[in-house]
Order: sequence, then structure tokens, then C-alpha cells
Amino acid sequence: MRVGVLALQGDVREHAEILEGLGADVVLVRLPEDLTDIDALVLPGGESTTIGKLADRYGMVEPLRAAIRRGLPAFGTCAGMIFLSGSTTEADPQVQLGVLDVVVQRNAFGRQAESFEADLAVEGIAEPVHAVFIRAPWVEKVGQGVDVLAEVDGHPVMVREGNVLASSFHPELTGDDRIHALLLAMVEEA
Amino acid sequence: MDKGTDRVKRGLADMLKGGVIMDVTNAEQAKIAEEAGAVSVMALERVPADIRREGGVARMADPTRVEEIMATVSIPVMAKVRIGHHVEAQIMQALGVDFIDESEVLTPADEAHHIDKWQFTVPFVCGCRDLGEALRRIGEGAAMIRTKGEAGTGNVVEAVRHMRTVTEGIRRLQYLDSEQLMSAARDLGAPFDLVQEVAETGRLPVVNFAAGGLATPADAALMMRLGCDGVFVGSGIFKSSDPAARARAIVEATTYFDDPQILAKVSRGLGEAMAGLEIDRLAEEDRLQQRGW
Repeated sequence: MRVGVLALQGDVREHAEILEGLGADVVLVRLPEDLTDIDALVLPGGESTTIGKLADRYGMVEPLRAAIRRGLPAFGTCAGMIFLSGSTTEADPQVQLGVLDVVVQRNAFGRQAESFEADLAVEGIAEPVHAVFIRAPWVEKVGQGVDVLAEVDGHPVMVREGNVLASSFHPELTGDDRIHALLLAMVEEA
Repeated sequence: MDKGTDRVKRGLADMLKGGVIMDVTNAEQAKIAEEAGAVSVMALERVPADIRREGGVARMADPTRVEEIMATVSIPVMAKVRIGHHVEAQIMQALGVDFIDESEVLTPADEAHHIDKWQFTVPFVCGCRDLGEALRRIGEGAAMIRTKGEAGTGNVVEAVRHMRTVTEGIRRLQYLDSEQLMSAARDLGAPFDLVQEVAETGRLPVVNFAAGGLATPADAALMMRLGCDGVFVGSGIFKSSDPAARARAIVEATTYFDDPQILAKVSRGLGEAMAGLEIDRLAEEDRLQQRGW
């Protein structure tokens, strides 16, 4: 199985290591041609404004949107979740793919001083996930057809809509491969 | 819910990888940096080139200035404090900055000791010239490392030297038998457990950026090819003739560092880079990299 990791900016290596541990071949995706011939895509954590601007300047937005709309299984963490979603609560629009029908609030838990780690119950995963939240967003509004898989204080922090999975925390930082395994299972389903 | 943990501190550094952190002295520059695609901005009173020119004691930035920058951009905001000045660091932590740079660019407050960074919930980045210095800072609690380079010169040669020296130090540890590691730790002046960890993993336990003298997109790409995780650009942007264009080009060069076609494209028409300095012409006491122990 070939899994692309969007490598414009962010914690690309951590995702790649987990995917390789699960037996996938990892392809770093920086240009539209890198999207051909992949079975799934991971959108890493990083700075969402940076990732959005680079995707826009290098002609990545339409090809990414089209591939995911055609059914390419995709998993975004933190900035990846923001990039996948339709809009943010901020007045200034940023470049987003709009393939996940949620409104995201950026830095919703606060600045770095409020970053935290905690055990989190995730639907579909038996034991709790130790989740790391870094200046993390949460989902403010969920569209129809979006399943909420995990919450913190009533705020959705992990969601799935069809072939699109997103978390506001970073399973790639703890070496826990169960959520990436969910993505690979989505490839089998597709 | 645990806050301020090692994992949470190092985690923010992980999120900055592949990105450019830009020195800014006010909200307007911070906005330009964010628009260009910076992953973070570094708030300081004067950029290193001006500190070098004007002399005098360089201290942390005015809290009002830092707060203005924090209110203007949505990306993480870093701030510099003097080496060993744990009160400046407490002030910056109280303001809520996302990262503190205990920096040799400012005038040191303590000539023998760095800040005990474990006492803080805010993560720290520190400069280094070699592996021993990097591991001492990590041993004191730094969640991120950068090369010192020679700030404010627009000359990348020292950043290259420091990056290569760190890499060589790591490779050397990997060759050693386990019984040789203790004397290696003694020679490096570094904590033994960190020496063991590096020998085993072949990399620093925290993210390592390049800094000090980067002025062009090609400089940023060079440092990425040498294996650093991202870059800081200080005077190189706002001391050039067209900061917005240069900032954007450096961001793109950092992502596409291994694509010479793209590097050729982004390097065009950027106007004048900052005027550079030759390191050999700098008096020993004017070399900022000598600060820190």
C-alpha cells in the first residue's frame, strides 16, 4: 500500500515512521504529480496558514480536493484537520480544501501554555488513546454526515465523514499506530 | 490533563519543522512574515544586524511590543531573552509567548550559567556550535536546538560550520562501543544519558534548526540539505530591499530545498540581499557565537 504524506511543512517524519511501521510505503507529496498512484493521504500537523499558502502557490489545492472528493482516504492531524475542513471561525479566510463539512476553531484550547496531553476515549478504538494537543483546534460546528469520534469537554476533537478522518490531536507524536491503522482499514474498505 | 510536559514542549517544535521562523520587531513586520508563510515569528527589540551596528546592551523586547505582535498574528510567537536571565524568561512566560529563545544575540546576563529551563512550562530554544553544547542545553531543558551561526552578518558560513560539526559529532558517537560512551560524554561535556540516546538513535532528541547568517533562499535550502529541520532568518529579511518577496521566497525554498528548478525560480528578482560581513574581519569580541557555555 502506498500512502502519501503531504510534506509542505510540519511533522512529516513522525507520520511517515508510523505508516512504515504498519507496512505502508510512504510517498512525500509536495507537487501535484506526487498524488498519482497513492492509496491514502496523511495531512500532518504543522502551521495551517503556512501549509495552505504553499498548497495554493504550488497548484496543490484543486488536485488535493479532487483526489479526496473522488474517494481517496485522507487523515489530517491538527493543521491537517484545519486544511481539510470547510472554514474556520476567524474573519480572515485561509486556504482550505473544504472536503470535511465542519467549522474549525483554530488554537481553540489556547496558546502553547494551554497545550496538554491526556487519555482520550475514541469511538472504534478499544483502549483510550494518549492524545497530545498542541495549540490545538476543536470542531465548532459539525455538518450532516459527520461522525464525532472523540470529544474534550463537549468539543469534538476527532471526526470522520466518509473517506475523511481528522483529529485535532497528534497520534503521530506518541507512536500509537491505532488511528493510522484506521486509515489503512479505510483503504481496504474502499 | 497535563500541561507544560516535555512531550508538549518538544511537540510544538515538531510542528515547526520544514518551516521558517522570522525575526520581527513590530506588529507590521509580523504580519508581513505571516503573509509570507512563516511558521512562527521571533519578537525582539532590534534585529541582530542593528545590535551589531549600534552596540550597547541588548535586552528582551518591551512587553507591549510583544503583546502587539501576539495580538496581530495567529502563528506562534517566540521571544528572545538574555542567556541566564531567568527573570526576563519569567516575564515572557507571564505574557504567554509560545517559545523562548535564550539567545547569544542579546547581551548575556550570566557569564557562567544558562537558565534552568525545566522550571518553566513554556518551551525554550537555545543555540549551539557543536554536539556537546547542544546536549548541555537539552540537559538544562531546551525543547529545541538551533545552530548559532553568526547572527547579523548575512554570512551563512558559521551556520554551515555548526551544522556540520553537530552532525559529525552524532556520527562519531554512532561508531563508538558502549564502553567508550562515558569518556565521550566527558570530552563533550554532555550528560551521559543524552550521549547514550544520541549514539543509539543517530539524532538529537529534539528538533534542530539552522540560524545565524541566512540571507537568501539558497542559504535556507543549503541548511535543509545539510539535515536541519527548519530555519530561522533574522536580519536577512527585514534588512533586505524587499522583505515580503524575500520572506516568501525563503519559505518556498525551505519546502522545496531539493528541487533546483523551483529554487532557481524563487531566487529571481528579490532585490538586494542584506549587506554581508566577512567573519574573519570580525574582532573576536564581536563574535556573538562565543557567548554561552
